[in-house]
Amino acid sequence: MAIIHIDDREFTANPKDNLLQACLSNGFDLPYFCWHPALGSVGACRQCAVRQFANPEDTTGRIVMACMTPATDGTRISIADPEAVSFRASVIEWLMTNHPHDCPVCEEGGECHLQDMTVMTGHAYRRYRFSKRTHRNQYLGPFVKHEMNRCIACYRCVRFYRDYAGGADLDVYAARNNVYFGRAEDGVLENEFSGNLVEVCPTGVFTDKTLSAAYNRKWDMRSAPSVCVHCGVGCNTSVNERGGQVRRILNRYNGAVNGYFLCDRGRFGYGFANRPDRVRTPVLRDPGGSMRTATRTEALDALTKTLGTGGKIIGIGSPRASLEANFALRRLVGADGFHAGVSAREARCLATAIEILQAGAVPTPTLREMEAADVVLVLGEDVADTAPRVALALRQAARGRSMEIADRLKIAHWQDAAVRDAAQGARSPLFVASVAATRLDDIAARTCRAAPCDIARLGFAIRHRIDANAPSVEDLPEAMQALAGEIADALLAAKRPLIVSGCGLGDEAVLRAAAGIAQALNGADRLPGIVLAVPECNSMGLALMQGGSVEDAIDTVTEGATVIVLENDLYRRAERKRVDALFDAAANVIVLDHVSTATVARADIVLPSANFAECDGTLVSGEGRAQRSFQAVFPKDDVQASWMWLRDIAGTSEWHRLDDVVRSLASAMTQFVAIGEATPPGDFRIAGSRIRSEPHRYSGRTAVDADRTVHEPRASVPEESPFSSTMEGYYGQMPASLIPFFWAPAWNSIQSLNKFQDEVGGALRGGDPGVRLFEPNGAAAPRPDATAPGQFVRGPGQWFVVPRRPIFGGEELSALAPAVAERIAAPSLALNPADARSLDVENGGMIDIDFKSGSYRLAVTVAPELPSGVAMLSVGLPGMDWCALPGWGTPRRAEPAP
Amino acid sequence: MNLILFGLLNIVGILLMLVIGAALLTWIERRLLGFWQDRRGPNRVGPFGSLQVVADMIKILFKQDWIPPFADPVVFVLAPAVVMVAALLAFAVVPVTPSIGIAGNLNIGILFFLAMTSLSVYSVVLAGWASNNKYSLLGGMRAAAQMVSYEVFMGLALIGVVMLTGSFSLADIVRAQQELWFVVPQFLGFIVFMIAGIAETHRLPFDLPEGENELGAGFHTEYSSMKFGMFFVGEYIGIILVSAMIVILFFGGWQGPLLPPILWFAIKTGAFVGFFILLRAALPRPRYDQLMAYGWKLMLPLSLLNIAVTGAVMLTH
Amino acid sequence: MLSSIRTLWYTFLHLFHHSETVQYPEQMPYLAPRYRGRIVLSRDPDGEERCVSCYLCAVACPVDCISLQKTEEDGRWYPEWFRINFSRCIFCGFCEEACPTYAIQLTPDFEMSEYERENLIYEKEDLLISGTGKYPDYSFYRVSGLAIPGKGKGEAERERPPIDTRALLP
Repeated sequence: MAIIHIDDREFTANPKDNLLQACLSNGFDLPYFCWHPALGSVGACRQCAVRQFANPEDTTGRIVMACMTPATDGTRISIADPEAVSFRASVIEWLMTNHPHDCPVCEEGGECHLQDMTVMTGHAYRRYRFSKRTHRNQYLGPFVKHEMNRCIACYRCVRFYRDYAGGADLDVYAARNNVYFGRAEDGVLENEFSGNLVEVCPTGVFTDKTLSAAYNRKWDMRSAPSVCVHCGVGCNTSVNERGGQVRRILNRYNGAVNGYFLCDRGRFGYGFANRPDRVRTPVLRDPGGSMRTATRTEALDALTKTLGTGGKIIGIGSPRASLEANFALRRLVGADGFHAGVSAREARCLATAIEILQAGAVPTPTLREMEAADVVLVLGEDVADTAPRVALALRQAARGRSMEIADRLKIAHWQDAAVRDAAQGARSPLFVASVAATRLDDIAARTCRAAPCDIARLGFAIRHRIDANAPSVEDLPEAMQALAGEIADALLAAKRPLIVSGCGLGDEAVLRAAAGIAQALNGADRLPGIVLAVPECNSMGLALMQGGSVEDAIDTVTEGATVIVLENDLYRRAERKRVDALFDAAANVIVLDHVSTATVARADIVLPSANFAECDGTLVSGEGRAQRSFQAVFPKDDVQASWMWLRDIAGTSEWHRLDDVVRSLASAMTQFVAIGEATPPGDFRIAGSRIRSEPHRYSGRTAVDADRTVHEPRASVPEESPFSSTMEGYYGQMPASLIPFFWAPAWNSIQSLNKFQDEVGGALRGGDPGVRLFEPNGAAAPRPDATAPGQFVRGPGQWFVVPRRPIFGGEELSALAPAVAERIAAPSLALNPADARSLDVENGGMIDIDFKSGSYRLAVTVAPELPSGVAMLSVGLPGMDWCALPGWGTPRRAEPAP
Repeated sequence: MNLILFGLLNIVGILLMLVIGAALLTWIERRLLGFWQDRRGPNRVGPFGSLQVVADMIKILFKQDWIPPFADPVVFVLAPAVVMVAALLAFAVVPVTPSIGIAGNLNIGILFFLAMTSLSVYSVVLAGWASNNKYSLLGGMRAAAQMVSYEVFMGLALIGVVMLTGSFSLADIVRAQQELWFVVPQFLGFIVFMIAGIAETHRLPFDLPEGENELGAGFHTEYSSMKFGMFFVGEYIGIILVSAMIVILFFGGWQGPLLPPILWFAIKTGAFVGFFILLRAALPRPRYDQLMAYGWKLMLPLSLLNIAVTGAVMLTH
Repeated sequence: MLSSIRTLWYTFLHLFHHSETVQYPEQMPYLAPRYRGRIVLSRDPDGEERCVSCYLCAVACPVDCISLQKTEEDGRWYPEWFRINFSRCIFCGFCEEACPTYAIQLTPDFEMSEYERENLIYEKEDLLISGTGKYPDYSFYRVSGLAIPGKGKGEAERERPPIDTRALLP
């Protein structure tokens, strides 16, 4: 720790930081634009000027940019120095000369960093009397709105988009006062992290288009801490609500997980919650077969009658429902009747993943730890699709070599431009072994394309190279041998090697190969890590509950049984005819869900369950981190949390609030003992107050409902919640897992986050949210006997089809969001050019392909990098039937439709 | 027979006069306050707003007659009746003219008057107590302390007049003022009696029992409808009573040149009623401790001094 | 004591002063144009709605009686609905001061009593007038940078034509 003197008072600072970071960490308000804790400094905006003195005797000093000056021991600076103050005010005034009078019609207004900084410096009156430069805007796709006139040229957008997220299609054009940030021409921003531009941009150049469609100011929206439900990474989000609708998703900083950034699926996938066709009332099937909406009482009566018949009850859980909901179902139907709602293959993969993570010897790192890895091997998982935020972390890990070079040259890591100049794009080795091209290939040292079993074989070969005791792989081609050797050498040379794999290919051998490598690397002075991507937001939690699969449920169903389906579309989990058979056999099908699915259409009784924004619940991420999300929307109809419905069905009354469920879950299943620690309990109060979930300026209370009633109905307050549903309550320094929105006096923008961190860019005060449910105990080395599978042999007239879950469309809920739906590509089958030629189809041509489960007519995409005999089918897209992938498919030339 | 009829007529006449006078006062007071505050006061209902009284009467009669569930119902109902009855009874001894008046010649007239005004303190205390509300109780207690204190020198202030007259009969007192109104020899007594009279009717500036800004509405916080109306009317009858007593004791009662005695009495009484209202328009309310100190430390010695001086003067004569 | 008597005398003299009361409604008082009465939404000189749905009136309102929802058409912002609960309004005029476009204005009209509170809920249709109110010449979109039909980029007051990003001229 260094001692620095700010305005003649002593403060401590991290000598690795710059002065701006040190000032902010010590609670000072120092204006800045171009610096960002995750992006470093470039000194572009000249806003953070302070006066630095050489020693205590020096009274003259000199003006320096705080963000470009290291916080070395004994530094003496003055923020309040009159010249520094007027310098900062002048800089703002210059920046503002071309800024339009747009604030009333700007989506950023009210949470604008530029507004905050302008007020902070005291610039209040525009003296500039001349004409302003203007720009034309661009169409940037369904997510981000562009309004270039507002630009102050801080360069944050391109630094994030190009340097941090690896995007290529956003750049800076023209010069001096005219600089233009945009694409070469109008078009969708390709990078899947484009939504972060909204938060990165200090003013209103890039704004959230989905929010703009139903716009409210930040101060007018209720907010609650939440966890993203669109993949298994468990990024923390804030849900903003107004008028009973989710208005937007914001990043909620979690130093250990998502840090400052979210992927576009997580940010813009919320639209499913606002769909007009979603389930809002109970629906009953009349004896005639037609469906009608019913009241809550009617539905519960029907349920009592149904369950009173005493037949067998089968419960099917869901990886997109909370732990509590799944547990409530499990308790209702008993451990025997409970089935995890995933396909058999996925269940096997998840079980393997848990075995590796729980009983292995190598821990799974947090995203922040991933960024510190020095060698990365991605084995058979396209993380850019299945766990996008992990891919972004790997991108930062690849910069490790640049940082080493910077260290050697004694350049501080935050000296962004200097580090980049010095390193000239040097990267830490990152190896990608995948079936098809991935969006990490651009930073990969070596890539390898192979069929899943060959990827596993490569993994086993690497393991053998590292640990000679491990079984060798027979008949490995020369090129693979060489690659295995190269990767093994790199991994052995690493201090923090990281192996990334996942359930995306549905191949356990790949998982085992990855685990084997990690296991072999363990020891010496290496700290290896293993990351296994899981498909859905609570896949890990559900797998920990050990409930088999949908197929088990189908196998055990008997005539006349009652089937309860929890927030799950079974047609996405198993073959259509098998699911139909299940529903046909069942006397009663009860479905709890919030979106309209094919399963809901088959139900006899539909109960409207609450989505992630409408109830509290706990999710377990792939890392094994249990995190609580909280209610932001208070539905006016019969919607209630699934666990409440299941409690009402069971007729048990000892569960009044979520904490009761959490407590009985923790005592019933030892693997969940810790989940109560994920967040303070529901009766948590600060100075006797709940935490308020609406900002103190929340407006329109006495008018917003006045068209329906002038009596100003009382706000609905959950019985036990740390949050009040109104603007009344505490707001200040609260536990990290209970921060509903970031705001601090004078800091209305998201940058107010600085005030909630221990050290700017570090952990949140009081520790980052979430609790890890397991750490590897090394009890059982993961199958040391596991051996490589056989070589890939292409079938006669058959292709081995592997699944791909595209980032947009591959996940059920986000695909229902209108903005994401615009980005979904049509389903297509990717083929090796040779294979395409063999059937005489071209790019965009149609073919038929037969699987055991049925046949498809698909457009063909020719992908030169695909191995011969392997095809790749994008799965999970709306309107597509499930099919057992990976698996063999027989292609035919498309016959004209009859 | 004629005598009895005349007596009855007298009783009914005075009763009516009082009640109608009190009701009219509610309007007169508001109009006067209006004038003194450069406003107009109620001027919409009837000629010059005079029917405002009727409108208010209808309104107050149709208000919900509410007895709070936590109140003591019997005492709660009794209290407003006591105040009206006591004030009306006191009027029995007032000689309006030599012929009009129920018992103007009663030889203990002054004592009867003092006794009746003392009774009204019960009403206020009981109302405060029965309401079972802390503000009402505080109001009641204040009223009790205030009235008990001011009663002491109210009585003492009258001693001078009685000494000069040698009679407790009010009619005798009026007759004794044929040559000189007692306000001249008994000026000090007049001042003390008037101030005590204001306190006795708890009118501004001595309306601490009601003290709106600290006690809600004091002892009658919980009262509504005609029960509240009775307190209201009781207060106005009290004003008339005290004004009438001042006229009788110090300003020669019905006596005066030219005009008939009844008119003289009405004019004099009306002037004092107007003065009471002027006090309300002009003076602020003192603090409670100031009120008590004023009574015990200034008024009581003054009244004693008055008796001593009067006695000394009478002895030297 | 003396001062009390003086006060009594001075108060008494008011009996002969002229009454300040205005005999409304027979005698209508003069209300200045800036009187803070019923709230209206005005239009710009071109007849378009001035309100751009910026929410500043709503947030400035101390009794939270203004609520609205933004919508957009061809880049122009306007309220989808705009509601004022006059049974809560205290006519403080903060909304008018907060309004950056002179859209919301308080008028010299206060005769809006109702027997039903429901009738005091004014929707946009009730609030919108067809004129410009107190500020006849102001049009926000002529000043601001957003492009709307009829005013492209760089066509507002004191704006230069849009930059050609491919130009090489300095």
